[in-house]
Amino acid sequence: MKWKQSSVLPGFNLALGYSVLYLSLIVLLPLAALISKSMGLDWASFWAIVTEPRVVASYKVTFGASLIAALINLFVGLLIAWVLVRYSFPGKRFIDALVDLPFALPTAVAGIALATLYAPNGLLGAPLDRLGIKIAFTPAGIVLALTFITLPFVVRTVQPVLEDMEKELEEAASSLGATRWQIFYRVILPTIFPALLTGFTLAFARAIGEFGSVIFIAGNMPFKSEITPLMIISKLEQYDYLGASAIAVVMLVVSFALLLMINGLQWWMTRHRR
Amino acid sequence: MSKFKQIVLAISLSGFSAFSWADTTLLNVSYDVMRDFYKDYNPVFQKYYEAKYKDKLSIQQSHGGSSKQARSVIDGLEADVVTMNQSTDIDAIVEKGRQINLGWEKKYADEAAPFSSMQVLIVRKGNPKGIKDWADLIKPNVQVVVPNPKTSGNGRYTFLAAWGAALKQNGGNEAKAREFTRAVFANVPLLDAGGRAATTTFMQRQMGDVLVTFENEAEMIAREFGRGNFEVVYPSVSIDADLPVAVVDKVVDKRGTRKVADEYLRYLWSPEGQEVAAQNYLRPRNAAVAAKYAKQFPPIKLFGVAEFGGMKAAQKKFFDDGAIYDQISAEIAKKR
Repeated sequence: MKWKQSSVLPGFNLALGYSVLYLSLIVLLPLAALISKSMGLDWASFWAIVTEPRVVASYKVTFGASLIAALINLFVGLLIAWVLVRYSFPGKRFIDALVDLPFALPTAVAGIALATLYAPNGLLGAPLDRLGIKIAFTPAGIVLALTFITLPFVVRTVQPVLEDMEKELEEAASSLGATRWQIFYRVILPTIFPALLTGFTLAFARAIGEFGSVIFIAGNMPFKSEITPLMIISKLEQYDYLGASAIAVVMLVVSFALLLMINGLQWWMTRHRR
Repeated sequence: MSKFKQIVLAISLSGFSAFSWADTTLLNVSYDVMRDFYKDYNPVFQKYYEAKYKDKLSIQQSHGGSSKQARSVIDGLEADVVTMNQSTDIDAIVEKGRQINLGWEKKYADEAAPFSSMQVLIVRKGNPKGIKDWADLIKPNVQVVVPNPKTSGNGRYTFLAAWGAALKQNGGNEAKAREFTRAVFANVPLLDAGGRAATTTFMQRQMGDVLVTFENEAEMIAREFGRGNFEVVYPSVSIDADLPVAVVDKVVDKRGTRKVADEYLRYLWSPEGQEVAAQNYLRPRNAAVAAKYAKQFPPIKLFGVAEFGGMKAAQKKFFDDGAIYDQISAEIAKKR
């Protein structure tokens, strides 16, 4: 067997063993418990629970809003990372630290703060309300909360790659007659693309599971602004542990499939570039 | 000995003595809004207990959503007593966790509910929409703030209050009651997860024209937001929300705290306990205490959950998945 790779540092067996043990205890075991709990249902009742119209409506809200939030952060995150790496200006360090704040803040606090700000009588909500735009207590509020929560991912994954990029590459491209768009599209984008995709994936995955902040700003109207984690909570509220675990399993499977797909895409793109 | 060492020694000694004294502890697992009540009640009971038994007692409190707290007990949180806002939460501990024996509601008077509350209507100052009774909630220009009946006992009581009031109005016609309750919920612009969140939406965000919540929550609003900022409207008829308590049999037998736990709950019916309840705007059972605080509790025609065959039957008929509340919200969502 030749899967032991040579390395300057010793300890392959120990390191791999520890990784597998750790992942099993922290990740696999709880998930296995969840899946085994849902096994208490026969297939027909499992299917009936997870395809109930109200639950299906909540999948659309959760996955739709998460996708939109991750897409917004894909562009805005890249912009912020670019500004932080390529320009120097007073207060740069302060802004740099600000980016991580959504990670540190309890999500419920974020949700309440956003709801207060964007409610029809809020600081930003009131003028928007006069224009006929409603954000808090609509699906737009969900997107807003998720965008806030997942902001740091793209910035923090793209930033180090941009920092490592040599400016000379762009200068060389420019001296060879490339337009600005060509430099971005042909030189910069291929380098940062894997990092960009990783950031997007992390943001998307985090948004799907988010509950604490969304619940305060969503309005939680059936078929309109109910997220899937809320459906799980309301099942638990009826002491319906099996029903709750059934919906959780669906979220788990769909999320894992999406993550696998995005990872596959990333792998395929890196391979084809070479 | 230096001053510093003296202080350290004194603190550690006092800590030690407190520890060795407090050989009896109780854990009371309760729901959110009871925080204020037990903050007042526990010292009163401790004083009584220490005088009677010459023994030190410390009481720990845990608060959260009623059903969430019940789930914690089912999953093994060692509560000596549970004090909930609906009997179904205690029934769940009986059925799912078996920590409480059957027949808990017969162990104390009043179906083991030492006090009750009821759903009232809270409106903006001056009552600009002229809301006087349940019937006004279905007017087209009225917005009603209610917590989600799927996740909140408070919301469930509101649903049952509206339904029951319509039943009384229409001579027990279920179809009419359903139509009326649907019209009320069609005027609900958002559904907060719990009672406190609904209060915030109504008072802080100034959303909606009327908030339906417990009478004792109205007192909390007065303390928090000032008495002049809203008005309490008593409807012609409302639901009697019994707030039940129970000893957790399995835990007290294991810890040997049955006697204390039982006395702790029993004392809720004493004149002293009832007085604390009345001060927290919970309607007392004791006639003398009720008479003393009559001014703050206007006499309202009440019906209980017995009207629906008990909370368990009501849960099944109205709030389980696919039951009447779900059907109504699907119909409302389709219309919008």
